[in-house]
Amino acid sequence: MQGLLAIWGRELKAYFISPIFYALSTVFIFIVSFMFFYSLQSYTQYFMQVAQYPTMMERININEMIMRPLFNTMSFVAVLTLMPMLTMRVFSEEKKTGTIELLLTSPVRDWHVILGKFLAAFTLYTAMIGLTIIYPMVLQVYGDPDWGPIWAGYLGLILLGGGVITIGLFASSLTENQIVAAVICFGAALILWMMDVAAESMTGMLGEVVGYLSVLRHYNTFEMGIIDSTDCLFFLSFIFLGLFLTVRSVESTRWRG
Amino acid sequence: MIEVKDLTKKYGNFTAVRDVSFEVEKGEILGFLGPNAAGKTTTMRVLTCFMPATAGSARVAGFDTFRQSLDVRRRVGYLPENVPLYLDMRVRPYLEFIAKIKDIPSRDRRRAVNRVIELAALEEVEHRIVGHCSKGFRQRVGLAQALIHDPDVLILDEPTNGLDPKQINEVREVIKGLAGDHTIILSSHILPEVSKTCERVVIIDQGRIVAGDTPANLDARLRGSQSITAQIRGPVNEVMDLLKKKDGVVDVKTRSSIGDGLWQYDIDVLPGRDLRSEVASSVVGSNWDLVELTTAGMSLEEIFLELTTQEEEGD
Repeated sequence: MQGLLAIWGRELKAYFISPIFYALSTVFIFIVSFMFFYSLQSYTQYFMQVAQYPTMMERININEMIMRPLFNTMSFVAVLTLMPMLTMRVFSEEKKTGTIELLLTSPVRDWHVILGKFLAAFTLYTAMIGLTIIYPMVLQVYGDPDWGPIWAGYLGLILLGGGVITIGLFASSLTENQIVAAVICFGAALILWMMDVAAESMTGMLGEVVGYLSVLRHYNTFEMGIIDSTDCLFFLSFIFLGLFLTVRSVESTRWRG
Repeated sequence: MIEVKDLTKKYGNFTAVRDVSFEVEKGEILGFLGPNAAGKTTTMRVLTCFMPATAGSARVAGFDTFRQSLDVRRRVGYLPENVPLYLDMRVRPYLEFIAKIKDIPSRDRRRAVNRVIELAALEEVEHRIVGHCSKGFRQRVGLAQALIHDPDVLILDEPTNGLDPKQINEVREVIKGLAGDHTIILSSHILPEVSKTCERVVIIDQGRIVAGDTPANLDARLRGSQSITAQIRGPVNEVMDLLKKKDGVVDVKTRSSIGDGLWQYDIDVLPGRDLRSEVASSVVGSNWDLVELTTAGMSLEEIFLELTTQEEEGD
């Protein structure tokens, strides 16, 4: 346990020492802020236009019009572009510099090493997502957003991120080249993303199965403000499977040397 | 303390280590000698539980490296060939991190870190970023890392690799100071390294052990045949015949023409005989030019070459 915590702490520090984290979070916040500003502006315009019609006013929803596009942007930017870059170094760098030999000959179980690294990336990701809580807070000052769906959206975002982190860890454990690791992670995440589109063109059993595997479909439920145990279970098994594969991959590194 | 039995390790079709067996007693320093790619690192990696063996077994401090891996890892300090350093960390926090993953309880951690900083003489650099340290300091940080949990067994893969002579001496002194309390395996492809620090030497080549003894015994065993090197200007066949006929000469080989009718001869003689003056007088007596004449006792260096090249010829 002490080993797991030590690895978690060291990983976190490593993220803060390297400029990667600062660059990524700046880009992330910039894009999300832009999106927030844009949605807010179109919301106000729309509001002005329909202010005279009471029936239309009832349909205006601050969550639907501002928070949903925001969650969409966040999930897309964070998962598809930031995550591969955040996780690419996790094992690749250790393999390249030889420190993996230190970790794997220390009295720490393999899965503690992997869990420590996962938790570090996960903590960082959650912190990055956490920064965006400022936007619903701004809405709270000037309006009356419904916080239920917002929390659901955040939960979805965090679960989705956890899943993609495990893909990144797995990709990074396969190679000592960071770029290759990032490309594999990006490709895999994109495929999971696009399964939704693929499912629509398929019929019957196959379409159903592919549709079920679509990450986007499960994530969208959260975005709508629904916390469904099926979707939670989907992401938790996703995370578990990713970690399991990473443990296997690290074990096979041992055998192959 | 360390028992290795019929250890075999394959990478795909390539056999890196073949049926290696040896034992190391408690408190002994064993030198692991061999050319590059002989299987030294692989053997060490099996002993440190970095990788499992393909066949055979290895036990460290009574624990099996495969089945009781965590117990072994708790008792082994390992300095890999590429010193495993996080270059962006400072020396002290790095050692503190190592102390944590080596399972040292928090109340002893500070003391453990201070101890190895003193032992490896790192006071000067303890607040410096590891990546900014010189190669010698990095090597010593690596050594400190291996020693931090006061392990029973130390496994050092080429600990003086790439250091300058002064640093080599420093590291060697540290290692010698550790003998007695610790069982040490040390690998090297450089002989003086091993003969100066180790009590026993195992020579490994192409994944097999070709010899194992104390440096002195190895020396004596192969000093059996002594040889003379001579450079003589004269008809090769006649010179060969003359030299071979001499009493006490075992074999004469000529390696190459040095040019201008000058040839170099390697004359193996029976142990304990010095035939230099006899060779000199008979060569001069036949009116040939004797340009050079020296004896060559086999140094450990040559024993090493001899053993490892013999093996190659045998295949």
